[in-house]
Amino acid sequence: MKEFEPKIVAFCCNWCAYAGADQAGLSRIQYAPNVRIVRMMCSGRLDPMFVLEAFKSGADGVLVAGCHTPGDCHYLSGNFKAERRVLLLKRLLEQMGIEPERLRIEWVSASEGAKFAQVVNELTQKIRELGPNPLKGAFSNSSQNR
Amino acid sequence: MIFVMTEEKPRIGVFLCRCGGNISDFVDLEKVKEKISKIDGVVTVEIDDHWCSAPAGQKIKDSIKKNKLNRVIIAACTINMHQEHFQELLEEAGLNPYLLERVNVREQGSWVHRDNMEAATQKEIDLVKGGIFRARCLTPLTPIREKVSRNVVVIGGGITGIIASLELAAGGYHVYTVEKSPTIGGRMAKFSKVFPSLDCASCILTPKMAAMESSKNITLLTYSEVQEVSGSPGNYKVKILRKPRYVDESKCIGCGDCTQVCPVKVPDEWNSGLNKRGAIYISFPEAVPRVATVDEANCLYIKHSKPGKPVCGKCIEACKADAIDFKMKPETIEIEAGAIIVAVGSEVFDARQKPELGYGIYPNVITNMEFERLTNSDGPTKGELVNPVTGKPPKTVAFIQCVGSRDEKFNPYCCRIGCTASLKHAVYIKDFISKDIDIYICYNDMRTVGKGFEEFYRRARDLGVKFIRGIPSEIKQKPDGSLVFNVFDATTDTLFEVNADMVVLAAGLIPPKDVEKIRETLKISKGPDGFLLEAHEKLRPVETLTDGIFVAGTCLGPMDIHDATAEGMAAASKVMGFLAAGEIVREPIIAKVDEDLCSGCRMCISVCPYDAIEMKEREEGKVVSSVNELMCKGCGLCASTCPSGAITVQNFTDEQLRSQVKGILVEL
Ligand code: FES
Repeated sequence: MKEFEPKIVAFCCNWCAYAGADQAGLSRIQYAPNVRIVRMMCSGRLDPMFVLEAFKSGADGVLVAGCHTPGDCHYLSGNFKAERRVLLLKRLLEQMGIEPERLRIEWVSASEGAKFAQVVNELTQKIRELGPNPLKGAFSNSSQNR
Repeated sequence: MIFVMTEEKPRIGVFLCRCGGNISDFVDLEKVKEKISKIDGVVTVEIDDHWCSAPAGQKIKDSIKKNKLNRVIIAACTINMHQEHFQELLEEAGLNPYLLERVNVREQGSWVHRDNMEAATQKEIDLVKGGIFRARCLTPLTPIREKVSRNVVVIGGGITGIIASLELAAGGYHVYTVEKSPTIGGRMAKFSKVFPSLDCASCILTPKMAAMESSKNITLLTYSEVQEVSGSPGNYKVKILRKPRYVDESKCIGCGDCTQVCPVKVPDEWNSGLNKRGAIYISFPEAVPRVATVDEANCLYIKHSKPGKPVCGKCIEACKADAIDFKMKPETIEIEAGAIIVAVGSEVFDARQKPELGYGIYPNVITNMEFERLTNSDGPTKGELVNPVTGKPPKTVAFIQCVGSRDEKFNPYCCRIGCTASLKHAVYIKDFISKDIDIYICYNDMRTVGKGFEEFYRRARDLGVKFIRGIPSEIKQKPDGSLVFNVFDATTDTLFEVNADMVVLAAGLIPPKDVEKIRETLKISKGPDGFLLEAHEKLRPVETLTDGIFVAGTCLGPMDIHDATAEGMAAASKVMGFLAAGEIVREPIIAKVDEDLCSGCRMCISVCPYDAIEMKEREEGKVVSSVNELMCKGCGLCASTCPSGAITVQNFTDEQLRSQVKGILVEL
């Protein structure tokens, strides 16, 4: 069987984390190819449903990345709200039988390409250790029609 | 313009970009095409070298028409590039620009997974799948048009801010130039000469400063600081603190009588502390505005007066204009501005951090800034270069380059001005003082990139300046007060002992002190070197990621006067381009309420950072939330908080984001 390749969905805010990932690209920093970015204006846009949707659809990990706390969020305090939700979600995930370590929140500024790469590498490594999402296959999601 | 309505079935065109090999060298695009072609709704998948090019743009438009596309996906570079161009293509082909979906497969894909084509290809497939799923849920949107203010706030009154202000004033905009010191002019006003022409700095700067004062379109706010910025692009509200200078600017005639009678003597920062000034002072004769300022930390009247028992007050007596006013209080004013230029400049590296070089220990070790003041006719010695130990002109002067720069312990970057500044000082000594003064320049690399700089370097060599390729590790003082150091010259492989009666340290530039405060107030990123960050290092050198906020000059990194001036002009012209139409078009990324779903719980109001939501009465007894379009910035906090799913953000709806997640993960 092929080696387990984790799939990670990353919710990135437009102003810092998305730009930080761009910076990693501009600097040609090579990192684990396991992450797929979903762009949002602010990490505070993160609806807990998005994270649950990702795990339900078979993601092995979820990264939420925004601007540094306290003061960098483009919309003042969205990053704090995101952090609160992630903490709550971790407890919820545990209840559902998903290891809370599969969900991670990080602050990455527009110039921190190297940090973005490092966070992705670490999370990928962590999820390799944990193995596939235990819920995978619990919901049928092979159909591409919503 | 007729927009295709979206009730019809999605007809999606996917345009995969090779990016001239940047993508296709690392991703198997044919495989991507084969996989995604099968997805429901995808009508055509096309590959091109550069979708951003004009001929390729035509192909996209043709394809939209021929295939009756109602969604367009471009899988290429980051959305921060070419977005407007692609949106225009859609519009030209009769499609609403918000039916465009960008998939970033270069910065997030081919550039970061260069050694794993299989994984990079799979990643691109997933990302495009996500894009397709999201695109199905896109809806046409109309950009928001807003009137803009024609005022501009320029923060910083150094050469960059001055030039930017004058350009804007000439263009008919009203400029508020905010400077934290008592005078505009910045560091350039302290220089004696400028390289490589050896023009006198004040001869070229003071006319500009005077123009700032006389222009009807410029309001000078010196001794003032920006405290808070709110509002939105085109309509910012800028709160400015006017520090009390205890002198009425409208009355003071700048005679300087008060400065003569003040009994306090403190180091004069304008002259790098080489002499003393009073607690009431005018920084230099050409100061603009030429009015006195009381330094409240040192003024006896302010520090020691008790009610009914004033202390000192000599300046009050001396002032014939009756301009001194110790009752002045800090004042905050608010200005409406369409755009803001940040030109706050930089600081000079503190050479005391390298005690081995003796600065701050031996008075005859000075910095390049002090050299400027010692050779400036307005300076403490009226322009006569003297050895601070002996009070006589020096016989031998040694310059040490890269102090704090190109130094892993301090700042890894090159200060870009140190080499030419020391050449300027060396040539100045030889040309203006005496050919007989011996000069050494100890350097790592002579970096003379700039128009006429290399020729200037040659001139210094021709004048007999001695160049040693190496930096001394320690400078010592001899019993007679003169200085000595050993330095290894890498060019001749020789260890030299240099005796000098003065050493000048080429201290580099560092980020401004209050950079964090500026970043927080204006939401500008900073780079790893600590300087502010432009939106794109090559193509958007004076923009930030926030519309209407521009940056220029040495707050972005070390640069010389020529470059700072060019940036000031560039920023001014960007502002004019931004405000010229009198209105700006804003992305319709704002919150929308579905009044049928809203339960009136007010959770959204409690999280909105901009107070953009209020309750309104919908019908008898039912209140629902309503969003003020002009105030909403589209962060989406309300949408992610609303328990009934009644509020969402256009272009980032729950449905769009959830579908994107599903699409990314769905197995084909
Ligand atoms: S904008 Fe980046 S976290 Fe809010």
